[in-house]
Amino acid sequence: MSRGQLAPTPHDPDDRGHFGPWGGRYMPEALIAAVDELAAFYEKARIDPEFLDEFFRLLRDYAGRPSLLTEAPKFAAHAGGARIFLKREDLNHTGSHKINNVLGQALLTKRMGKKRVIAETGAGQHGVATATACALMGLDCVIYMGEVDTERQALNVARMRLLGAEVIPVKTGSRTLKDAINEALRDWVANVDDTHYLLGTAAGPHPFPVLVRDFHRVIGIEARAQVLEQAGRLPDVVAACVGGGSNAIGIFHGFIDDPSVRLVGLEPGGDGIDTDRHGATLTVGTPGSLHGAMSYVMQDEDGQIREAHSISAGLDYPGVGPEHAHLKDTGRAEYRPVTDAEAMEAFALLSRTEGIIPAIESSHALAGALVLGRELGPDGLIVVNLSGRGDKDMDTAIKWFGLGVES
Amino acid sequence: MSRLAGVFEACRAESRAALIGYLPAGYPTVDGSKDVLRAMVGSGCDVVEVGLPYSDPVMDGPTIQRASERALREGFRVRDLFGIVESVAAAGGRAVVMTYWNPVLKYGADAFARDLAAAGGLGLITPDLVPDEAEEWLAASEAHDLDRIFLVAPSSTEERIDLNARSSRGFLYATSVMGVTGARDVVSSAAPELVRRVREHTTMPVAVGLGVRSGAQAAELAAFADGVIVGSAFVTAVETDTVAALATELAEGVRQVPSPA
Ligand SMILES: Cc1ncc(COP(=O)(O)O)c(C=O)c1O
Repeated sequence: MSRGQLAPTPHDPDDRGHFGPWGGRYMPEALIAAVDELAAFYEKARIDPEFLDEFFRLLRDYAGRPSLLTEAPKFAAHAGGARIFLKREDLNHTGSHKINNVLGQALLTKRMGKKRVIAETGAGQHGVATATACALMGLDCVIYMGEVDTERQALNVARMRLLGAEVIPVKTGSRTLKDAINEALRDWVANVDDTHYLLGTAAGPHPFPVLVRDFHRVIGIEARAQVLEQAGRLPDVVAACVGGGSNAIGIFHGFIDDPSVRLVGLEPGGDGIDTDRHGATLTVGTPGSLHGAMSYVMQDEDGQIREAHSISAGLDYPGVGPEHAHLKDTGRAEYRPVTDAEAMEAFALLSRTEGIIPAIESSHALAGALVLGRELGPDGLIVVNLSGRGDKDMDTAIKWFGLGVES
Repeated sequence: MSRLAGVFEACRAESRAALIGYLPAGYPTVDGSKDVLRAMVGSGCDVVEVGLPYSDPVMDGPTIQRASERALREGFRVRDLFGIVESVAAAGGRAVVMTYWNPVLKYGADAFARDLAAAGGLGLITPDLVPDEAEEWLAASEAHDLDRIFLVAPSSTEERIDLNARSSRGFLYATSVMGVTGARDVVSSAAPELVRRVREHTTMPVAVGLGVRSGAQAAELAAFADGVIVGSAFVTAVETDTVAALATELAEGVRQVPSPA
């Protein structure tokens, strides 16, 4: 863990949250005071030794950081022999990277004197992490979750309720992540005085993209030191799945100033990007404003936001964080789609070869690594962000692979 | 010179507030919305706000969400908006459009302003565009002589009220409660205070909205605001076929109490 994790970087946006033409604040005036307040508290906190101490203590003693970097040689044998290392965010408390951001924002919530937290969730991992932090810190917690997702991630709904959170199934629109965010924003407008919206990804209006990124920078900082120690050199590629983009931006930042390291984001390709059932926003999206920021979005010719489709609830989102739009434009990062089928194959492969059941979200990054490894050849070295564990995905796996008990 | 200044001046001369009625374009259908808007104009709406149905209406409550979803399901397209605005103008009404920003961005801000002006529209209300990000829109609205209506909320600081007032043309939209659209039983006590604060920054007309559904509520707001905005209640009235009656009741409401000059 590094004290510099939250420190300002040359990659920060301008003071209104613009990464080049992306980002900013495309949102109702009623919420501007709240995001201004959040930005002001964050600017103080990110350089306040007391805040940093408390945050790092929680990451270490509660979340279980640093997370391991594990080499996966038997999995890598299917990737053209390149070496593959897994950054084990699945081993964090609550089972994914989401806890890093949640602990940071929950501390900020307390600093702002707010008592109630709301959040959206897709896979339920961010909702579980938020419910967990709220239980720990004595905050009231309401989680908005699309009705479709409450069905495919039923285990996480039960976890959130057990942790004392109220889970509200959202029945509007596509009944997935995007609609959960809409509903959370409506709640926030009405309750902004005492409520913090604990956004779960590196998207939304400024300062969320910066603040969420910074709380996840620990992933990349650790991974860089670990790979140098274990492999003796920097990787050729760092691969991460991209929903809104938080786990990816967190690990990318550890290597962003290492020009030899390619940063590769893997997007949900659903049934394939030549169909209309996918969520590959950076691959086929066009510029637009969604949920408070300018970025790439999936939209029709009228600017109506399209529904995304992915087997993975956590990637099922027609937008993406603005810094990724910027990294795509500058060429510093590249983005590729991975289909449902490719992701599920990688999901099964890692389980069988290494005894690690990954989240289906993370399986997109693993599937990308299989292809990248073959491209790089046996001298290649890849770090994959294993953003979460797959326990929550058993229902989907049972259906996909027919794993049910025969009667 | 604002396109809407004349309406507010005329209302002021009658010592009353303006009645501003909202309806999503294409609700219940494209032709149906033309009929409803004509009825609103004919029964006392001084200005109509034509909403552009949008897939992700984060500032709207269930009533307007459902109406927008229905319009989109019925096949509403952005290009239909201009015909609807034209039919309001042809009926002698004054139309402004209320829209989330992304559809305008996609259409092209300048092209949108051009086509709206050509259809006889007078301005645009932008609930999720703040002046901070509105450079392109400021230019397009100037170029096509359209009014720009930004919003202020009870949570707005003095500095932001000032920015929104300076950036607006025509009138300023004060959201009377913290919350999304939807008819409410009581009109918020935050509204008079917000309007009072706004008036310290501008002489521009201030219209108040969010929650109004009866003549009595309209009268309450007309006592201190220059315009009373009614949305969800009109959508509900479409369902019960009582649009003209509602407009008549609200028009009486805004005339009950003299508005402060
Ligand atoms: C395990 C895991 N990985 C990745 C994601 C995608 O989010 P992001 O792109 O913000 O990392 C999620 C979201 O729910 C998740 O649960």
